[in-house]
Amino acid sequence: MARKLKMRIWRGDADNGGLQDVTVEANEGEVVLDVIHRVQATQMGDLAVRWNCKAGKCGSCSMEINGKPRLACMTQVASYGDEETITVTPLRAFPVIKDLVTDVSFNYRKAMEIPSYEPPANLKPGEARMEQVDVERSQEFRKCIECFLCQDTCHVIRDHEENKKSFAGPRFFIRIAELDMHPLDTLKNRKQKAQEEHGLGMCNITKCCTEVCPEHIRITDNAIIPMKERVVDVKYDPLRWLGTKIRKREGIV
Amino acid sequence: MSGVFSPTRAKIKERTLRTDKWWLQPAITFGVLISFVIYATFRAFENKYYFSEPLVSPFYSPCLSTSCIEGSSPLGQPFNNEYFGIGISPALLILIFPLGFRMTCYYYRKAYYRAFWMSPPACAVAEPHTKYTGETRAPLILQNGHRWFFYFGLIFNVLLTYDAIIAFRDEEGHWGHMSVGTLVLLLNATLLWLYSLSCHTCRHTLGGRLKHFSKHPVRYKLWSWVSVLNHKHPTFAWISLFGVAFADIYVRNVASGAWTNFYFF
Repeated sequence: MARKLKMRIWRGDADNGGLQDVTVEANEGEVVLDVIHRVQATQMGDLAVRWNCKAGKCGSCSMEINGKPRLACMTQVASYGDEETITVTPLRAFPVIKDLVTDVSFNYRKAMEIPSYEPPANLKPGEARMEQVDVERSQEFRKCIECFLCQDTCHVIRDHEENKKSFAGPRFFIRIAELDMHPLDTLKNRKQKAQEEHGLGMCNITKCCTEVCPEHIRITDNAIIPMKERVVDVKYDPLRWLGTKIRKREGIV
Repeated sequence: MSGVFSPTRAKIKERTLRTDKWWLQPAITFGVLISFVIYATFRAFENKYYFSEPLVSPFYSPCLSTSCIEGSSPLGQPFNNEYFGIGISPALLILIFPLGFRMTCYYYRKAYYRAFWMSPPACAVAEPHTKYTGETRAPLILQNGHRWFFYFGLIFNVLLTYDAIIAFRDEEGHWGHMSVGTLVLLLNATLLWLYSLSCHTCRHTLGGRLKHFSKHPVRYKLWSWVSVLNHKHPTFAWISLFGVAFADIYVRNVASGAWTNFYFF
């Protein structure tokens, strides 16, 4: 059954902008992206919104709905009360381009800074083999759709613009973890780089990245904390360090 | 102007547009943790009502100071209780270890960074601080010492388990008896083991640090079991905290004579 939905949509650009009130029809089963499209079709023809798959798999329609970072295509209108006004804004951690569209190029720059997978030098194409238990561990991280909601909610950069230089963010900590846990990756100093160049030590584990992840990746428990423990192995644990000198132990190079 | 009010970001004057009760969880966390800290401080300095044969309070176990009641520690009383002319409560000699374990715990860090330091108070709620360096500098870089407190915490778990086992005696020291106090200490020890074994450091130590699970099937199995417990780590963190406080309250009331320790047999 259709209902009249009250919305506030942020409109503007980097110089100016504000929330504009709008009332729009919402049908049963619709998601926030549906009603934004209806607003665009009927009342705000020049409303800018980024979207693509409408299935929670492309990560394009990331925005903040009632202050929470979410995918608009996966947010049911029915999850809000009949009298509730839905407020929609662009991601607040990134520069705004227009209306609900932000410039997320920060994330692509950070992606390029992560050292890539380094297989053994003598491994020829097609020869790589892994056991299923080793594959499963990193498969969780491969579910990432790069919606950057975790990056948006992370207070290290959301609340401190100056940290963007030295902090890669949770999305790239799962990438680093995936590679560091990869049985065939041979790069020796991935842990040190994570700490010293990508800002792993700046994370204070408040788990907001995990809370907003639409793929339910346990970013903090399965990637960030394990990486922090691996950094402790090589930087803050003299006994472990001694163990590496006496006997070449796996996994702490 | 920094953070969400930076010049390039969408011009929104509110620190957050969240409409839910985002402040409730940090407020409850603050209330519970501060209550525990006040109670634990009071008990640490009270220096009495911690032992009533065969029950010993977890706040005072092991009671290693020369001022401890005789028989209250299986390890004897090797340490002087006076330093620089000041008498120190035996609880202060040992509380640093369980306190350090909880202070550096990955779950508690989340809880108190949000509730006490508001960094951030909740997700997508702007924090009040103008600068942030995380755990890269002193004193917060010391959080990396969590594993050392974990190892010490295991020793305490063994001692508190021993306390629960000797509580199967009566007041005269005869074995084969069981009281409400026995159940309280058993429950406390069990919850502390669950909290410790579900710890992220335990998970890492047992198998998390490996690159090849397939080459270490036993450690992989241990890691899998601890991973199941690890899902419940926040729950164990809270209930074990309540368990310790309740065990101490019970022993205190029995030792002071306010409650009678009822024996089942």
